[in-house]
Amino acid sequence: MSETFTKSMARNIYLGGSTFFLLLFLALSFDTVSVLPERDNRQAITPQVALGKKVWEDNNCIGCHTLMGEGAYFAPELANVYDRFDKNKVAIKAFIASRPVDGIPGRRSMPQFNLSEEELDAVAEFLIYTSQINDANWPPNIQG
Amino acid sequence: MKFQSQAVAKPYFYAAIGLFVGQILFGLILGMQYVVGDFLFPEIPFNVARMVHTNLLIVWLLFGFMGASYYLVPEESERELFSPKLALALFWIFLVAGALTIVGYLLVPYASLAKMTGNDLLPTMGREFLEQPTITKLGIVVVALGFLYNVGMTVLTGRKTVVNIVLLTGLTGLAVLFLFSFYNPVNLVLDKMFWWWVVHLWVEGVWELILGSILAFVLIKTTGVDREVIEKWLYVIIAMTLITGIIGTGHHYYWIGTPEYWQWLGSIFSALEPIPFFMMTVFAFNMVNKRRKQHPNKAAVLWALGTAVMAFLGAGVWGFLHTLAPVNFYTHGSQITAAHGHMAFYGAYVLIVLTMISYAMPYLRYGQSAAPARAQVLEMWSFWLMTVAITFITLFLTAAGILQVWLQRASDNPMPFMVVQEKIALFYWLREIAGLVFFVGLVVYLASFFVKSEETATVGENESAATA
Repeated sequence: MSETFTKSMARNIYLGGSTFFLLLFLALSFDTVSVLPERDNRQAITPQVALGKKVWEDNNCIGCHTLMGEGAYFAPELANVYDRFDKNKVAIKAFIASRPVDGIPGRRSMPQFNLSEEELDAVAEFLIYTSQINDANWPPNIQG
Repeated sequence: MKFQSQAVAKPYFYAAIGLFVGQILFGLILGMQYVVGDFLFPEIPFNVARMVHTNLLIVWLLFGFMGASYYLVPEESERELFSPKLALALFWIFLVAGALTIVGYLLVPYASLAKMTGNDLLPTMGREFLEQPTITKLGIVVVALGFLYNVGMTVLTGRKTVVNIVLLTGLTGLAVLFLFSFYNPVNLVLDKMFWWWVVHLWVEGVWELILGSILAFVLIKTTGVDREVIEKWLYVIIAMTLITGIIGTGHHYYWIGTPEYWQWLGSIFSALEPIPFFMMTVFAFNMVNKRRKQHPNKAAVLWALGTAVMAFLGAGVWGFLHTLAPVNFYTHGSQITAAHGHMAFYGAYVLIVLTMISYAMPYLRYGQSAAPARAQVLEMWSFWLMTVAITFITLFLTAAGILQVWLQRASDNPMPFMVVQEKIALFYWLREIAGLVFFVGLVVYLASFFVKSEETATVGENESAATA
């Protein structure tokens, strides 16, 4: 770089630029948090949904699945699983509950998590709540 | 080695390398599970292996950053480390806590681990990359604070250079942003939004400051180019990193319930994120071309140049490929993401840690500026094997990702996820083969440490001038 562009100019761009964009980011984040109530389906958060999220986390579901596209890419997307299962909560619970303990020879299989009826119900409710968050119409289709 | 206390870097580097080996072994298990679904099931389910793979990566990179800091900071500050004893104590705390966590993942079902470690009191577990038990997270905070105190006191009472101030800024940001891992609201959108304050603002923010300062240090040492020139470059690179990368967080806010304006902001700013990486490439090659001396550690220079190129390709180019919102609508959460993740982490962070290890180890082990010539040759072989392998891993995953996006999301008759996975299995097999090549490269790397040291000293400072 030429001599006319000095180190102190570079430092000023660094300090000024990063401060400006950090403040802008904080302002935008503040705005986002303030408009989220219209989008994030928070009115649907019941104690049951809260328990469902806990069950989801305590069993590390994100270690195989994606949820709104984030997570691992080993198993299907679940933010829209409620819609994919034709809005059939019973089917979701039955699927989780019926996983074979020793897996399926040669194929990927979800582990048997031995969830109680209450936990099964809660995790299904959590997935229903998630399916109704306004996520800009992602994924592109029902297959996730 | 100019200061005795720099020697505390050595155990950190050895631990980093050991955990790196573990990470790659679990990577091979995961790759196998992609094609043989019941491999090691139910003993090591995919989610457990993945957690071990990613957490080992994070922990060994942190070991690498800490070791690099302990080596670099005394030399830059021109004084002994504030407290070598504290550094050594924190080493054992971090290693034991890390090892216990990994053993916990492997021996106990995750839900039991959550219960045992009191996740009910302050639930922070079960989120990608932040799977550690809450108590481990608290341990990480303690280690990070002790580390920052140690390094901070050294810098602030010693010579302040752009390199050590930028490094300290990056490390402080790393510690502060990690605190968001304790924020886990029931509201999924808020959870995800602030989860990225740890994950994105680490790897596309403050970690790049750490990367930049380590690279600058190694280039100052190996090229002899005037510090003023290198520091000016460092400022410009990190300026562009933060100017593009902070608002660039928006590229994670497209489809998680956050407002649509992030699609514009995220697309524009993250499309600019390759710029600092490109500058880093230009910078590294420029400095090496303008070098005023021929440093005998040619392997370290290769690792440094490799970092600059691979970080640009992995983070810059592969990031740009799927960062624009209309593209990301189709590629989000597909194998394209996995492809980008692998090359970006390898190019930017694996390679910078290996660069520093390559530069510092000869001083730490033999008190000399370079490893024996034969050890360097092995290092260079391992560089090429691992780099070519990760390139093919990335290409195969990209091919898998394109097919996945087409079959599952873009065609007229979208197919279910598992059907698509079987159709693209060929690319997963090829990826696993490339993974084995990577492992061979890693073994060669380990072998480079066992070359006998008698042959050293013959590599003189002028000997390699012919290559200039």
